[in-house]
Amino acid sequence: MANPPLSREEFLDTYGPTLHYSPPGGFRSVEDYDALVDTHCCFCGQQCGIRLKVKNNEVVGFEPRYEFPFNKGKLCPKGIKRYLQGSHPDRLLHPMRRTEHGYQQITWDEALSETVSKIQEIQAKYGKDSFAMLSGVSLTNEKSYLVGKFARLALQTANLDYNGRLCMVSAGAGNKKAYGIDRASNHWEDITDAKVIFIIGTNIAECFPITTDYIWRARDKGAKIIYADPRMVPMARTADLFLPLRIGSDSALLMSMLHVIIRDGLTDEAFIEAHTTGFGDVRAAVADATPEWAAEITGVPAAKIEQAARWYGEAETGMILHARGLEHQVKGVENVMSCANLALATGKIGKPGCGHSTITGQGNGQGGREHGHKCDQLPGNRDITNPEHRKYIAEVWGCSEDEIPGKGITAQEILNEIHAGKIKGLLSICFNPLISLPDANFNREALNKLEHYSVIDFFLSETAQHADIVLPGSLQEEDEGTTTSGEGRVIKINAPVTPPGEARRDWEILLDIAGRLGRGKYFQFSDTQEIFNELRLASRGGTADYSGITWEKVVNNQGVFWPCPQTTDEGLATMHAENLDDRHPGTPRLYEGGKFYHPDGKAHFNAVSWRESGEVVDDEYPIWFTTGRVVSQYLSGTQTRRIGPLVDQFPHPKLELHPRMAKELNIKTDDWVTIQTRRGEVIIQANVVNTIRPDTVFMAYHWGGKESANLLTQRALDPISKIPEFKVSACRVRLATPEEQVQGEHTKSLSARTEKNLPVGYNLAERRKELRR
Amino acid sequence: MSDMRFFVDPIRCIGCKACMQACSECDTHKGKSMIHLEYIERGASTQTAPMVCMHCDLPTCAAVCPADAIKRTEDGVVQSSQAPRCIGCSNCVNACPFGVPRYYPEIDQMLKCDMCYDRTSVGKKPMCASVCPSEALFYGTLEEFQSRRGGTPQNSFQFGEQTITTKVFLVLPDGEIGLDMDVISHMDARFEPDAFDHLDPFAHLEPLPMEQPQTLRGRL
Ligand code: SF4
Ligand code: SF4
Ligand code: SF4
Repeated sequence: MANPPLSREEFLDTYGPTLHYSPPGGFRSVEDYDALVDTHCCFCGQQCGIRLKVKNNEVVGFEPRYEFPFNKGKLCPKGIKRYLQGSHPDRLLHPMRRTEHGYQQITWDEALSETVSKIQEIQAKYGKDSFAMLSGVSLTNEKSYLVGKFARLALQTANLDYNGRLCMVSAGAGNKKAYGIDRASNHWEDITDAKVIFIIGTNIAECFPITTDYIWRARDKGAKIIYADPRMVPMARTADLFLPLRIGSDSALLMSMLHVIIRDGLTDEAFIEAHTTGFGDVRAAVADATPEWAAEITGVPAAKIEQAARWYGEAETGMILHARGLEHQVKGVENVMSCANLALATGKIGKPGCGHSTITGQGNGQGGREHGHKCDQLPGNRDITNPEHRKYIAEVWGCSEDEIPGKGITAQEILNEIHAGKIKGLLSICFNPLISLPDANFNREALNKLEHYSVIDFFLSETAQHADIVLPGSLQEEDEGTTTSGEGRVIKINAPVTPPGEARRDWEILLDIAGRLGRGKYFQFSDTQEIFNELRLASRGGTADYSGITWEKVVNNQGVFWPCPQTTDEGLATMHAENLDDRHPGTPRLYEGGKFYHPDGKAHFNAVSWRESGEVVDDEYPIWFTTGRVVSQYLSGTQTRRIGPLVDQFPHPKLELHPRMAKELNIKTDDWVTIQTRRGEVIIQANVVNTIRPDTVFMAYHWGGKESANLLTQRALDPISKIPEFKVSACRVRLATPEEQVQGEHTKSLSARTEKNLPVGYNLAERRKELRR
Repeated sequence: MSDMRFFVDPIRCIGCKACMQACSECDTHKGKSMIHLEYIERGASTQTAPMVCMHCDLPTCAAVCPADAIKRTEDGVVQSSQAPRCIGCSNCVNACPFGVPRYYPEIDQMLKCDMCYDRTSVGKKPMCASVCPSEALFYGTLEEFQSRRGGTPQNSFQFGEQTITTKVFLVLPDGEIGLDMDVISHMDARFEPDAFDHLDPFAHLEPLPMEQPQTLRGRL
């Protein structure tokens, strides 16, 4: 049904990506603007403070926001050029219906009634759960909360999940098992007090650039940096100790470090005794994990593993930081728990300069995983299967308990079920699974099987090109709300401009659909602040407790760290959001005084034993393949692949390989190469660099079509978090044939058009007029 | 303004190009960046080095300019060429020991970093140093710099016979005092030679620890 109605060329000609280079009206003098609006960057989980320049209801530039404490004016290239997405010619301005020959403009009334009648038709025929919803975590907290409620009470489906599933859920699940709560343990300022910083599986410089400053500040005070990664990424270059581990071997390294720490008596026995359970099992689990054993598996010399363990164990304070490298594996949760075991065994948690944090990749990756748009979760990080939790949320929502569906399936599983013909309809908002989920060919087949697909988005992403109905939503700068940064700080997003053309704010679209589905009584909101206040009430008493946070407090304090619970009896008892109190100051540092969030108040050690990844190298596929990011692109690139200066910085993905492998395979930099895995193949150019392990190749994943790294990755899932194993695959690499080269050049030519070279059909002048609102 | 200094510490540079992207936002050189980022040798290292105009006390660029188009302000900032005067001869491009000025044929004029004069002359920070995520570029007083970090800020450079002092400081590893013209060779000097094997950080992986299939085993 949902085969894209146009060829890739035709899509490119009509909906971009178009490379946009200059602000609306051209570059203007520094003082030429109507207003400066304090807000935050719409990209990575650091959510840097930024000030947007506005003129005539358009974003025309930026100014550093020096007084925002997290980044103090600092920005990476994405934050600087983000304003160019604002009046972008590819912007979706009208609702559209797919036809045989592309998309046709329709009215909002037509678009909404068609969406609603399809939902009803499919659900009547195949059952409520046959219609699924997928959402993104670039959404604000308010929208995340609303989506969770919308799917359960308006769509009445259990099958709602979100793209945080492709990001930090392993960290979330591991943290919950270890500490009983799912958040970075500290505000980032604590990093600067650490004496040793152990960084594993994260390219901090390119993915979380501002964090490098926190690390340098610690180093300026004498901290040592231990960096474990299969690539010598920019921060690893200057590390005091670099551990070039093989992909997928993280838990062996971590187990062995714990082995050394226990062997050498570097554990904090008093802390273990007073504040933890389960250490005996962990001690037994690492009894045989000698450095020599781990050296065999990881490829890191035993002496370096010993050194890392001793530095971390002996230091007075220490911090562990990790991100997707460690989490995007079928052992993601085990890896995270192994890090927690290290922190707990040495008592390096809950104190200044001590902690264990995941670095959040997506804009609202942290907040987005708290408010109930995960398939197994209700607001406040509550468990959808827990009768007490269901009862409370039913009370907040004013519905009966059995109106709330049960636990649904996760993002990749939803695609699997669509492929299997069990899920027939889909509504998605700000999610581009065709690029961000593994095994893209499979997912494309799945999308083509849908009986109906409606999409809410602001650009026509690769996934949205499969939609039957396109509902133009809003960019971050067109709506108000809050997000929660990677350090757990709830911050305020402001709206300098209104949506252009007929585009609408996302929450208004959801409210309209809910109304037309006859469920409007549950969705009586007149602005996003009202949604936030209901969120506060719904989160009260949950682990992610936002009930003591108000928008005013967020603005006045430059952010508030959750948990921020109620402190008064009235606040604890009320069922009216306006009676909640806002006295609690928030919690920058978790676990102070050894207080953890499990019912027993203790932290839990979790024994992990070594096992291999879902796929390992063999004769047929002899090379390890891994993926990651580059600094100028964000996630599936829906936004950043449209911003000219960011694309110029890194226009196409390249295959990084080591000179030794390159020599063996007779490959030189810029040669066309073909990479094959059991799922698919990609033809791109090579970049020979000796900053990667000689048995591993790397490719960034932000691109679509035939340049997509996720054509190669596998759908194997972590059994607990259900996160796919993006970071470990087996591949083979060879020089491309002349025909493949031609194909590669063609693919390259289809990745973007600059504004100057747009075909007549694109109608740039017309679009510009409407963009002016 | 007078006691504000500009510091460049390439060791901290993570190659993100935020400085270039921010520089290109300045309306005096619309969409163009006046800061350059050099890759030392991408094949061998991820080391990059940002290059701004050093704002020499006795600027060679101005000295060789036949049209007297390059002015140095009272507070020591060497300006881009003045549009009406610049004849596009590129003498400055060739003469600058730091390789800073660039000639833009589309406007037939030399443009270079003027330390965001529109900002710094009114007490603001330059764009690049405002945004640089890891403070490879830093703008502040010498005291501020020294109170927060190590390294030796250096503003005297030896290029063969020529000694050049500059308004911009280059941060060298602790203890280094002079800098000969081979700037780049110092970039990684702060670290122990075995902490980063510049030529092959993965040399120890031979023979590879992983079981490798016949085609690759032992030969990588
Ligand atoms: S992408 Fe991240 S680091 Fe870059 S400016 Fe935005 S929030 Fe800051
Ligand atoms: S902004 Fe700073 S870290 Fe980034 S490239 Fe420029 S100098 Fe280097
Ligand atoms: S660094 Fe070059 S361009 Fe800058 S003042 Fe000195 S000579 Fe002139």
